[in-house]
Amino acid sequence: MSSYSITEPSGRQKWIAGTLVVVYTVVTLLPLLWIIATGFKSPSDAIAYPPKLVFEPTLEGYVNLFTTRTRATPEMLEQVGPPATWYDAIVRKYDMVIAGPSRYGERFLNSLIIGFGSTFLAILLGTMAAYAFSRFKVPLKDDLMFFILSTRMMPPIAVAIPIFLMYRQLGLSDTHLGMILLYTAVNLSLSVWLLKGFIDEIPVEYEEAALIDGYTRFQAFRKVVLPQAATGIASTAIFCLIFAWNEYAFAVLLTSGNAQTAPPFIPTIIGSGGQDWPAVAAGATLFLVPVMVFTILLRKHLLRGITFGAVRK
Amino acid sequence: MSPTSLDYIAEATPKPVARRLSGLSDRAIAWIFIAPTIALLLAINIFPLIWTVRLSFTNYRANQPNAPVEFVGIRNYVRILTDEDIWMTMQATAHFVIWTLVLQVVLGFGLAWLINRKFRGNDLWTTLIVLPMMLSPAVVGNFWTFLYQPQIGLFNAVVGFLSGVDPSSFSMIGDVALAPWAIIIVDTWMWTPFVMLICLAGLRSIPESIYEAAECDRASKWRQFWTITIPMVLPFLMLAVLFRGIENFKMFDLVVQLTGGGPGSITELTSINLKREAFEKWRTGYASAYAVILFVTVFGLASIYVKALNRVKER
Repeated sequence: MSSYSITEPSGRQKWIAGTLVVVYTVVTLLPLLWIIATGFKSPSDAIAYPPKLVFEPTLEGYVNLFTTRTRATPEMLEQVGPPATWYDAIVRKYDMVIAGPSRYGERFLNSLIIGFGSTFLAILLGTMAAYAFSRFKVPLKDDLMFFILSTRMMPPIAVAIPIFLMYRQLGLSDTHLGMILLYTAVNLSLSVWLLKGFIDEIPVEYEEAALIDGYTRFQAFRKVVLPQAATGIASTAIFCLIFAWNEYAFAVLLTSGNAQTAPPFIPTIIGSGGQDWPAVAAGATLFLVPVMVFTILLRKHLLRGITFGAVRK
Repeated sequence: MSPTSLDYIAEATPKPVARRLSGLSDRAIAWIFIAPTIALLLAINIFPLIWTVRLSFTNYRANQPNAPVEFVGIRNYVRILTDEDIWMTMQATAHFVIWTLVLQVVLGFGLAWLINRKFRGNDLWTTLIVLPMMLSPAVVGNFWTFLYQPQIGLFNAVVGFLSGVDPSSFSMIGDVALAPWAIIIVDTWMWTPFVMLICLAGLRSIPESIYEAAECDRASKWRQFWTITIPMVLPFLMLAVLFRGIENFKMFDLVVQLTGGGPGSITELTSINLKREAFEKWRTGYASAYAVILFVTVFGLASIYVKALNRVKER
């Protein structure tokens, strides 16, 4: 951009545009910063009026997130002796003792299992289908591609009724396998469409050369196409993972005790008298920050997925 | 693609030899590769859809699986289409969809236009702006109820600070007049970046040379904006509207966590209403008919819109 161009915006224009965008960004990030900050507040600081910008950070929210606690009488406190760990000490300030771990860890683990499981399947099936659609003459190709896309137009609640009944019959309700299959199906439309775009861009000549060299179609696919499409596959995978990670409607309707993921769980974290905001914020922080980090690190590859591959370049 | 020497060799190779070389025929591989995807989509999308249609003609209740199921014809459909409460939820949904689209298009296009001024560091700010839309709507929506608290909430404090209104005098999610706007604000906060990204892709696809030519013809900046920028970005913008429109018509997670449909049923969008019928009142047959009506509506509106979009693209 060193050469002079008559269409290049002037310095003043750039400055004004930059300022406006920065102001918008700061305002729009405030709620997210507030979530992170609230996680480190004490319950009284969290609900202070007016809202506190400066506060003494504490890990109370995180301790409350991972434990269940019971109120203890002075005699009971006497009996158990002085607090053994730092998190014990935090709880004792409120005359409480730790009764055991909360379910947050389990829910988080469920999110990981279901997220990675469904992403793996959606990418595996998606890459195969995308390759076939990209390279072979498939009868009714356009119709099949549109059919795959149209499965995304259904409201989740509308599909949830029969899936609820079907899963009940098959014993898949509230199981990891059931959720993995469901999220795979939802993500497939995205992965087939995105991956087809990526594979279309790999020159066919590479495979043809490999075929001449005596590779079978399958070998050519595995040794020539897959390495070429690796970046595209990785960014599609991140997308599928984020969808499964964030999904709420199916999770809240189809899971309860065993396979529940974190999004339906976090809003149910209750303290004395309503929601325990520091604990909710702590849970939300641990859940949201990985996605934020991913987004910033992989921004170049993600932007294409956001637009569903419909917008190329 | 021009024929290369490879093509000649490929054509010259006798068919049986080619087949032996590649193991399975291409046709077989194509089907082996596509079949699992189609099978899974049939099992988890199409089969349930057919089942929904079948249930919609019955009075089945999922919480009483052993009760006799009667075929009731189109009674469920008639009842839904004549139910005033359902028309109210349709209106609430329309209000939500239209206003979020208007705000997101204006803000998203504006931001994209500003970012396209190519000031220093615009990549970094684009990434930061995108963050809200990558997060779980349910978790974020739940936290927004905290920001909307009359006294202790950040939103009320900021609005109070800027406008001088007492921050404890209004409740965004408790007030019948404000609640519809509370959900519109959060959705706009979350999804404006999406519209922005698509508009940005559109703006960047316009070749520099068109502006240069216009500049040579002494067209004013204002004229360039209306005769070049807007028409060239329009197909992209319409695509963004399509995606957002479909998503917001289906809206569930964000709003259910924010207001739960309340106060009363003022923000009860169709998906929330449907969930109530299906999974709280357990009127499965009735809810299935409701689901079919919603699906047909989305599909119908989307196809009409896509036709319009294609006409714009052809111009």
